Amino acid sequence: MIITESLNTFGRYCLFMKRVFTVPDKWRIFFSRTVFEISKLGVDSIPLVIVISIFIGAVITIQMQLNITSPLIPAYSVGLATRDIVLLEFSNSILCLILAGKVGSNIASEIGTMRVTEQIDALDIMGVNSANFLVLPKVVGFLFYMPILVAFCIATSFIGGFFVAAFTDIIPVSRFIYGMQAFFQEWYVWYGFIKSLFFSVVISSVAAFYGYYVRGGALEVGKASTNAVVASSILILLLDVVLTKLLLQ
Amino acid sequence: MIEVRNLTKSFDGKTILHDVSATFETGKTNLIIGQSGSGKTVLIKSIVGLVRPEVGSILYDGRDFMQMDAVQVKNLRKEIGMLFQGSALFDSETVLGNVMFPLSMFTEMSPAEIKDRARFCLERVNLKGADDKYPSEISGGMQKRVAIARAIALNPKYLFCDEPNSGLDPRTSILIDELLLDITHEYNMTTIINTHDMNSVLGIGENIIFINKGYREWVGDMNKIYTSANKALEEFVFANDLFQKVRQYVLQNEHPGAGK
Repeated sequence: MIITESLNTFGRYCLFMKRVFTVPDKWRIFFSRTVFEISKLGVDSIPLVIVISIFIGAVITIQMQLNITSPLIPAYSVGLATRDIVLLEFSNSILCLILAGKVGSNIASEIGTMRVTEQIDALDIMGVNSANFLVLPKVVGFLFYMPILVAFCIATSFIGGFFVAAFTDIIPVSRFIYGMQAFFQEWYVWYGFIKSLFFSVVISSVAAFYGYYVRGGALEVGKASTNAVVASSILILLLDVVLTKLLLQ
Repeated sequence: MIEVRNLTKSFDGKTILHDVSATFETGKTNLIIGQSGSGKTVLIKSIVGLVRPEVGSILYDGRDFMQMDAVQVKNLRKEIGMLFQGSALFDSETVLGNVMFPLSMFTEMSPAEIKDRARFCLERVNLKGADDKYPSEISGGMQKRVAIARAIALNPKYLFCDEPNSGLDPRTSILIDELLLDITHEYNMTTIINTHDMNSVLGIGENIIFINKGYREWVGDMNKIYTSANKALEEFVFANDLFQKVRQYVLQNEHPGAGK
């Protein structure tokens, strides 16, 4: 039962994507909407990303220090572990789970409200491909801006970790910085960026899908936005497993 | 002229429209009337293609809508303007932006020309000084006017209105009705209005189609409605005492010998 339902939903999602990924009617309007969406979905997320990253960077450093207090393990491994956790998982998967909550619910409730107030019908009656017109700028804009959010996240997490080293005495600053640079693998950075690109498309398209097919009123819009966050979070974690297997092994 | 022939539509096994046929004439306000739940919204949504009927044909000046492919539908829709029950203005755009939207989407006009045309449409619906306001900042009657201005921006041949008076006070309703009547005559459009407002029926009903329980029950105009022998229509239109008295008065003074 659940399987047939999921397959049914996935099929509808694919058909919806077919309508989204078509050539825009007017490129000029598409570009201006994309810039608007970048500002709304991307730039407006920077404060959240920075605040969360500083705290999590600090927490990771403290927890690593607590777990690696052994005379056999060199002190710099705290910096090394912090760096790898941030690069491998936090700056992409966990960040995208958080953004699925912020950006995903925003997209689903916006498009859902447009559906229940007949604004999407109005677009269709005018002869506009509403799926393409509303959703493609969001998907493209968020996709383009995702690497920037990831870069912000990586940088501010490291700053958070550095603050712990600088303002507490649990690890010497020089050891922490040495650890940050030791055994660095460049591929980890690219791996994080590649993952985040996939996740960004999942967040924006899944949320748009749930919003677009809302039936009913305000209550259903709320439900759709919850469902969108749940579904995109699960898909992000699923894709995380698949992409990690493909990219790291 | 729009012709609807033998339209049947059901949802989940329940038939909403039974074999409805009707003709909507050019240059006239065509009213679809009926109780809530009688199927008039389904009928208007079928005609514009938001709902697909199982059986029947819809002819826009002879062009069969049901047989059209996606490109033809898209082209036809440029000739259609629609006014939705809740106005359906775009929240993220200003009043002027809303009216400019179809123009910038479908014409090759320059931004200045688009602005001029949008201002002209807003003036046509007697709305001035609200250009930079957002839909949430203006009253319901003003929203309706903006929606009408947006619907007529591309000079449509066909104008559809889904309950244009719902949620408005009687005075504003009459103004909206008169506006719709005026622009219909001025631009020689085929206007289809879905309503259950008796002021509209008796005021601007140049061609009335009465839908009852999914069947087309009666066709006529606002003058014939007093003398109609149809029981369901009489009960629907002259639902309260006041309207009954008006009907009696009209029958005695203007149509002696007709009716009951």
